Amino acid sequence: MTSGNTTMTRDTILKVEHLSMRFGGLMAINDLSLEARRGEITALIGPNGAGKTTVFNCITGFYKPTMGMITMNRRNGEQHLLERLSDFEITKKAKVARTFQNIRLFSGLTVLENLLVAQHNKLMKASGYTIMGLLGLGSYKREAEGSIELARQWLEKADLIDRADDPAGDLPYGAQRRLEIARAMCTGPELLCLDEPAAGLNPKESLALNTLLNSIRDETGTSILLIEHDMSVVMEISDHVVVLEYGQKISDGTPDHVKNDPKVIAAYLGVDDDELEDVIHEELDGGSH
Amino acid sequence: MPNTNSTAKETAPGVMAQAVKEGLLAGVLAFGMFLLYVGVETYQNIDNALVWRMRWGLLAIFVAIAAIGRFLVVGFVKPHIDRRKLAKAKAGIPEVSDEKGFFHRHFLKIALIFLVLYPPIIVSLNGVQGSLKYVDNFGIQILIYVMLAWGLNVVVGLAGLLDLGYVAFYAVGAYSYALLSDTFGLSFWLLLPLAGILAAFWGIILGFPVLRLRGDYLAIVTLAFGEIIRLVLMNWTEVTGGTAGISGVAKASIFGIWSFDVGADNNFAKVFGLPMSSAYYKIFLFYVILALCLITAYVTIKLRSMPIGRAWEALREDEIACRSLGIDTVKTKLTAFAIGAMFGGFAGSFFAARQGFVSPESFVFLESAVILAIVVLGGMGSLTGIAIAAVVMIGGTELLREMEFLKHVFGEDFTPELYRMLLFGLAMVAVMLFKPRGFVGSREPTAFLKERKAVSGSFTKEGHG
Repeated sequence: MTSGNTTMTRDTILKVEHLSMRFGGLMAINDLSLEARRGEITALIGPNGAGKTTVFNCITGFYKPTMGMITMNRRNGEQHLLERLSDFEITKKAKVARTFQNIRLFSGLTVLENLLVAQHNKLMKASGYTIMGLLGLGSYKREAEGSIELARQWLEKADLIDRADDPAGDLPYGAQRRLEIARAMCTGPELLCLDEPAAGLNPKESLALNTLLNSIRDETGTSILLIEHDMSVVMEISDHVVVLEYGQKISDGTPDHVKNDPKVIAAYLGVDDDELEDVIHEELDGGSH
Repeated sequence: MPNTNSTAKETAPGVMAQAVKEGLLAGVLAFGMFLLYVGVETYQNIDNALVWRMRWGLLAIFVAIAAIGRFLVVGFVKPHIDRRKLAKAKAGIPEVSDEKGFFHRHFLKIALIFLVLYPPIIVSLNGVQGSLKYVDNFGIQILIYVMLAWGLNVVVGLAGLLDLGYVAFYAVGAYSYALLSDTFGLSFWLLLPLAGILAAFWGIILGFPVLRLRGDYLAIVTLAFGEIIRLVLMNWTEVTGGTAGISGVAKASIFGIWSFDVGADNNFAKVFGLPMSSAYYKIFLFYVILALCLITAYVTIKLRSMPIGRAWEALREDEIACRSLGIDTVKTKLTAFAIGAMFGGFAGSFFAARQGFVSPESFVFLESAVILAIVVLGGMGSLTGIAIAAVVMIGGTELLREMEFLKHVFGEDFTPELYRMLLFGLAMVAVMLFKPRGFVGSREPTAFLKERKAVSGSFTKEGHG
């Protein structure tokens, strides 16, 4: 699915243009445009109900957007229009992986099996769509060993190697979050979408998460798009922040820029429109020193 | 320590009072429950009028069993179990020990050897003619259900899709064999795989429209599908013979070398100079269905450790997570349906060859329910558990026909066959009470890094559709 979109530079991995999503009378997202750059961590923040998860669901195909275009620019030059693909094809072909706000692990499978399920498509091909593998032909055996090796690498990175043979449902909350990220990484994504990865983590786990995300970006070159409420995570690790309110973008830029944007402050502190002016003035005055 | 012992003794009178109270309560409850079911007997008198009389004696036995049973459980069994648990905990012996007995470790090998030796043992004990009942009613009957349940296990136990119409594929297999062997005279060994393929094909046909449904909705549509197949078989008289069915279905032969037809020159008994008996055919069929079961088990075990099998189990755990990992859930569900249906088709064609007669009567909803009950009772996903459940359920119902000794308890006019289903239901409730996850509630992981640890049933899910 290559389109002749020339305005997109090789630096942009994901481009969302004029995205709108309507649920009946509710406009969850209204004409949103944003870009995520390759090799960066882009954060999507906003107050509760701003439409962050809806944007995620549109990008990963779990919702079909009412309007707009979402272009994924792969490393090998392929371009995919995500709004035309179904959810599993987005992971399979466009190489976009995601995690969920309420963790969705295969709790009855072991930690290792969770990571092997994530390598399904690769292994299906190697096993000749099961038939060759059943007969013991082809490269399935080698590929299966390779997939366990890959899983082992990610378990080490996520600090879960000691729990590899335990059921995923038995892990503590923080470890489940890390496992979900490791599982998404096992699909070999170029863009990793994380929906509130730090929710419910204690400060120590939150720190470990930052390290994990940084190492994903630096060592695998995977770009990350994340939704987050925990400002310490957002400000610490993101290269680029997009702020949503009521389904619209209100700010876009570096963490420092966004942090000082009066509109963002107003959105988070809940200031009335007429008071907004005051806030902006205060900001301007305060910014002089 | 003496302290706790003394408290145990001190509480003993309390326990007794409790036991008497609960025993009385159980008696009252049993009286209320059985008053109409057991206490009242209806029969026709000489004028064909319906009259009734009370069976106080029988009712009293029922009530007494309930009351005394409850009294004994509360008063003696429970305190005893508690004391043993306490003593064990004090001694520091863990509840779940990793040391397994010889029998437990080698259970599968022992079971397999027993199955292979089963017909010779029975023949040597009861003679050729006398073995008929044990090989056919117990052996073959149980193994057919083992195979059906293992087939359904792929759909329900692994992929988590609740299928209430599984018997439809069994019927497709049976009628495929009966019709094709009747019309074209093809042999059993050719039609066996063909029946499996045809059933798998029907599995896919059913799967396409149905798999967008989930949970209860899926269950209802599969139930309807099962009924549709049965009604078509019943009403398409020109082809299927309607309710009369198809009789004289060809017998299977030993790969065409020896036949079991009485008139044939290469009749097995004639060739080997043995006295004529249908027992040889049954013993042969026993080994055929045993081989089919082993193939089913082998394929299921193999598939479980392949990506497709893992995808089935992942699908049972969380469908949305599957999709987020790039797994085509529709194709995955279809393969589960097709593979499950294929095993049903194999079992069906075997059934037709064994009975020599097929009719819609054999493929009613109750069959689906029994197969599903075996899967649930055995522990979803566990082959061993399901095999044990099939032995208990099918063997148990067959065994209840033979329960002559019950006559000594309930009197000479007690017919155990009539109480078969009641006892059967009671047994099922008991099993579900003590083993809510089935006989084998844990699941074996398909891959491991350091050691293979069974996953407790409390973590696995049943699937939602």
